[in-house]
Order: sequence, then structure tokens, then C-alpha cells
Amino acid sequence: MSKTITIDGKTIPFMDGQTIMDAALAARVYIPHLCHNPEFKPHGSCKLCTVKANGRLVSSCTMPACEGMEVENGTKELNDERRDLVRMLFVEGNHLCPTCEKSGNCQLQAVAYCLGMMSPRYNHFYPQREVDASHPDVFLDRNRCILCELCVRASRDVDGKNVFGLSGRGIGSRLVVNSCSGRLGDSDFAVSDKAAQVCPTGAILIKRQGFKVPIGQRIYDHKTICQVESQGKTGGEEDE
Amino acid sequence: MTFELETAANPENLKRVVIEPVTRVEGHGKVTLLLDEDNRIHQARFHIVEFRGFEKFIQGRPYTEVPVLVQRLCGICPVSHHLAASKAMDMIIGARLTPSAEKLRRLMHFGQILQSHALHFFYLASPDLLFGFDSDLARRNIAGVAAAYPDIARQGVALRKYGQEIIRLTAGKRVHGTGAIPGGVNKNLTLAERDLLLKDIGQMIAWSRDAVELIKKVYSERTEFHNGFGYFRSSFMSLAREDGALDFYHGGLRARDEHGQDIFDHLDYSHYWDYVHEEVKPWSYMKFPFIRSRGREEGWYRVGPLARVNNCDFIPTPQAEAERRVFKEFDGGSATQATLAYHWTRMIEMLHCAEGIQELLHDGDLLGDDLFSRGERSLRGVGVIEAPRGTLIHHYRINEDEQIVRANLIVSTTHNNQAMNEAVRQVALQYLDGKELTEGLLNHIEVAIRAFDPCLSCATHALGKMPLEVELIDAEGKEIDRLVRNASGACGV
Repeated sequence: MSKTITIDGKTIPFMDGQTIMDAALAARVYIPHLCHNPEFKPHGSCKLCTVKANGRLVSSCTMPACEGMEVENGTKELNDERRDLVRMLFVEGNHLCPTCEKSGNCQLQAVAYCLGMMSPRYNHFYPQREVDASHPDVFLDRNRCILCELCVRASRDVDGKNVFGLSGRGIGSRLVVNSCSGRLGDSDFAVSDKAAQVCPTGAILIKRQGFKVPIGQRIYDHKTICQVESQGKTGGEEDE
Repeated sequence: MTFELETAANPENLKRVVIEPVTRVEGHGKVTLLLDEDNRIHQARFHIVEFRGFEKFIQGRPYTEVPVLVQRLCGICPVSHHLAASKAMDMIIGARLTPSAEKLRRLMHFGQILQSHALHFFYLASPDLLFGFDSDLARRNIAGVAAAYPDIARQGVALRKYGQEIIRLTAGKRVHGTGAIPGGVNKNLTLAERDLLLKDIGQMIAWSRDAVELIKKVYSERTEFHNGFGYFRSSFMSLAREDGALDFYHGGLRARDEHGQDIFDHLDYSHYWDYVHEEVKPWSYMKFPFIRSRGREEGWYRVGPLARVNNCDFIPTPQAEAERRVFKEFDGGSATQATLAYHWTRMIEMLHCAEGIQELLHDGDLLGDDLFSRGERSLRGVGVIEAPRGTLIHHYRINEDEQIVRANLIVSTTHNNQAMNEAVRQVALQYLDGKELTEGLLNHIEVAIRAFDPCLSCATHALGKMPLEVELIDAEGKEIDRLVRNASGACGV
């Protein structure tokens, strides 16, 4: 007989070694997240997946599931905190959804809608962020980077290239490229790399593809990210 | 001409009357009048006081983003910017549009002009035309029209809605969609969508016809007044199809002087700067374009419905063509230079849109799947289109990394800048000069501006060239330093 936890009262099976997030994803229970992708090692940095497990706040992507664990996920208290986290992400970068080709396929935007974020609330930082268009096939727009490190993990763990990394501390943290010039075009990055496919926002974009998917056929046009993920599809990978 | 009213000799001795904001136009503008003690007009200017700066902040963005980004210039005519930018990007990626892609774009554009013209005529202009320029202010608005002429108001709303539906079905959204992409479009029409549009098109043609009849009736009831209101003569510029037909989507540049003589014709717009220049004036964020060969003083011109209907040799749909002929022959051709004839020609164009939509909806290419093409890349692209308010020029340069490095947008309303100022001055002289000013009289100025259907928010892009004067004043009010930047961008102390 398998072990179980409960998430908002619903009994969910898990296997030893699985995190709360693993169990939730397998059972198609949506816990909001941005830095997590089941294909890569958990990171626990965005904190959106914070749940209350047996009364303690934990990151569900890194917290191992334990027999009988009682998890609170969709509570007003947690979603209010998550909404504030997303609001901070929006003002920390330069996220201009109306003109972003990722709009409709963007996990950040989808999570914000899902959590009921209808306005920024906080003052925008309007940071000066560098745009790197030097690669022949990929556009790197740091204005939209949320420092989830999915590209870092994909490049390191799947592509074996270590093209990306984070540099700086605190508000000065930024995505850097491992090349002599620091430019993507001078790295060995390739459009076929896994790291080119995993960005949850529009920070890493394949060139010459913009807006080819019409409105109405984008991932989150008709369903919330909660509905999409509850049906077992991983957001962030666009339909061709 | 009334250039002498552009700048008064002794402005400090004159009283200032300001109309701000100018109402029932898109965007924010104001009119300033300088009058002496006897209320004689010494200066009349139409200012655009908002600032946009798209030409600057799109620098660095990937070219694929531009057609979607620049359409945010406007909420009324975004499709025009969307398509002009897409045409420029077609040139950059060396695309020759497939028949399906071009026809879907044309359909989107017809929908756009239909809804924009309906919006302007019924919502913005009809209160003046139906009630009178100095009628009761309380009902001189669309609500007043709806109360007094419910059928007309309802038709206006329905026509606009139909145009918006075409945009939704071709671009994904009624406002700020994504239908056109560099090299083509991202969706076709499904059979169900096509049939949905076909269902109502007959009614739209009939109502557009009624609108032409309405403006014709209003105009001809007081021909002399309407012909003479804000009257001046000017050149006209527009696109025209190779055979001289009216074409909103593509063609060569054609300019004709006030006597109907060609200044240029069938010009390849990809080198528009050889023929059209822009001047910056210190009192407006909107630039002043002029035809280079005729110089700054004589080279200004009008664009938009009046220019297009005057410039074209024929309209390629039967009912609109018949109405064009009626217009041209009306009262011995006296309306062809009239400011208020913009309304008349606008409705003829709306009829043409409705007919054009019907024609296109029967074309099987709208349902086709061959939507995209690509060729040899170039670093420069120019897209020109006839927007509802006139000729719209988008010009971009990209670098090898496919980022925008330079952009120049000459927007329809910008072409009409000098003409609108001219209309304001004519009306000021005709109706206000030497009189005690009333709201009704001041509305005459706004009526002249409204005739052009200006979109002020689209038209202000003089970033980096705006003349500035900075004064540093101490606590006693004494000037201790002063910095001046002139229209060429040069600074001096």
C-alpha cells in the first residue's frame, strides 16, 4: 500500500524520495511555481510553491513528502503571499506583456492571472537591463529574466555546456553568459539546446518566431495555468 | 495662406484664449488664440501637447516585435500601424506576400477603416453636423444624437462593431491583436468565421450608403456655408494603385497641387525621403512635413479621405465610385477643397470598405493555408499604408543582430499638421475675429480640427529634437543661468 499525504484535504499518493511538488504534479494538483520544472533538480528560489506542511511554511519543490503529511496549498493566506511575490517580480524587471511575444505562453503572466494579480501595486523599479541579440538564432532579453535559473540548470545538467550563470548579489543579481565577451553570440549556445526551450518568461526567445501562434491558440488563452497543469501539460513549452 | 497668424509680433501685449482639451478628437491637443483689445486675432495655433517617443524606445527591440509594439500608438487605428510596420518588416525579411496573406491583411484593413470612419462620423462629428456648431452644448454629443436620432446612432454603433469583428477574426482581438507578422499573417479565416461576416455585410453596405446620403443631404442643405467653412486650397497626397484606383493597402505615392496637377505620381515609397521632409517648430511636439520640391512654405499638403478621393482616378467598387463622381461634380466641383468635405469623402470611403469587404469575403484565398513567406534579408524596411486619417509611413533600420537601430514614423495626422493649423486660422478669421467669444464660436475652431479626424496620440514623435529652454532662477526670481536647445538639437547658453 502506497504512502499518502493530503493537499487541501485531498489524499495524494507518493513514493519515497518524492517531494510534495512531485506528488502534486503526479496527481495533477496545481501548486503555483515558476523556478520548478520536473525535468531539472529543484531549486527552491522563487518561493511561489510555498505551502504549509504540518503547520510549517516550506518550499514544496524541495520538501520531501512524508507519510500522513497535511499540506495546505490553496488557502487565501498563501495565495495572498504568492500574489505579492509575483507583484514584486513584475516591478523588479521590465515586463511589458502587451508587446511581448511570450504573452499567452508566459508562465509568469499566467501565474499572475491565476493568482488574481490585476495591477502591479508596487512602484516599478524600471531597471536598466542589457539586451543581448548577438546570437544568430536566440534573443536574450534580461528585462524579462526572473532569475529562476532554469536555463542555468538546463545548460549545465542537460546540454553539458554551462552557458548561463548568475552573478552579483541581491538586487544586483543578473544572468550572465559564459563566454569571453559575455555575449551569447560568442558562447557555444545553440538554438537546439534544452536551455533555449525552458525559459518560463520571454527572456530567452528564438529569433524570427515572434507572434506566429495566433491569439486563441496560445497555451493560456482559454485555460488558466492551474487548469493546464491540472491536465498534465507543462507550461513554458510552446506549441509549434 | 495665413502663415502670418502663426506667430504674433508682440505676443506679450495680447490676451490669450485657450481651448484645452480639444474635444471629440483622439489624443490630447489644444488651441491658443492671441487677441488684442478689440478681439482681433493675431496668433492662432493648434498644439499637440502629449508626447509618445516610440521612435526612440523601440530601438534595440527585435524586428519581429515591432508590428505588435508600435500599434500601441493608438487605440483607434492600431491596425494601420500594425500593417504599416508589418509591410516594412516584409521588406526587411525579403518577403513577397502570398495571395492569402495579402487578402487577409486587406480584409483586416478594410475592417479597421470601416470602424474608424464610423466612430468618427457618428460618435465625434455627427453632433456638430446634425445639431449645429453652436447648438445647445448639453446635447451636442453622441448621447444627444442617440436621443434625437436613435436609428442613426444605432447604425453607427453597429457599423463600428462590425469593423471590430473583422479585426477580431483576422488579428485575434478587437484592439491590439497580432494577426500580421513579418512575411504574412498568423491565421486565416475559418469557414464559420467567413460565414459569420457574410451574414451581415449586406446590411453594412446599406447603412454605409445611408450615411453617404445623410452627409450629402446635410452638406447640400447649406452648400455655401459648408463649402466656405475654414476654406483654403492645398495640395493633396495619398497612395494610388498602379491604375490610379483608390487603394488603402498598397500603391505608389501621388501628390497633386491645388489645381489637380501632378507634383509626383507612382513614386516608389521606399525612398519617400527624397520627396517628403519634416520640419520641427518650437511650439508643437508634432512635426511639419512638406513636399521637398515645393519647399517649407509652399510644400505642405493634406492627406486623408478628401485627399484620397480627390487624388484617385476611380474607386474600384461600384457604389462608392458612383458617389465619388457625385462628389466631384457637386456644385461645379466646389467641394473638392472644402474642409468639411472630409466628412463626405470619409463616408464614401466607408461605403467602399463595406463593398470591398463583401468582395473579399467571396474570395477563397481568405480560407487558404499558405500564409507566410520569407526571402533575402535586408537591413532597411519602409511600409506605407493609407490609414483612416491618411498616408502612414513607417521606416526602420535594423542591425545584423536583427535589432531596430532607427525608426521614423510619419503619421497621417502629422501630414495634416499645417493644414489643421491653416483651418484653425481661417475659422478664427471667419468667425471669431473682432467678436465677443462664446463657447459656440470656439466650437467652430474644434469643428474645423475635427473634420480632419486627427489622432494626436499617434502623431508626436519629435524626441531629441524638441526645442527646449531651461532657466535657472534664484530665490529672488533673478535668472542666473539659461540653456537653450534649438529645433536642430544644437544647444547654446
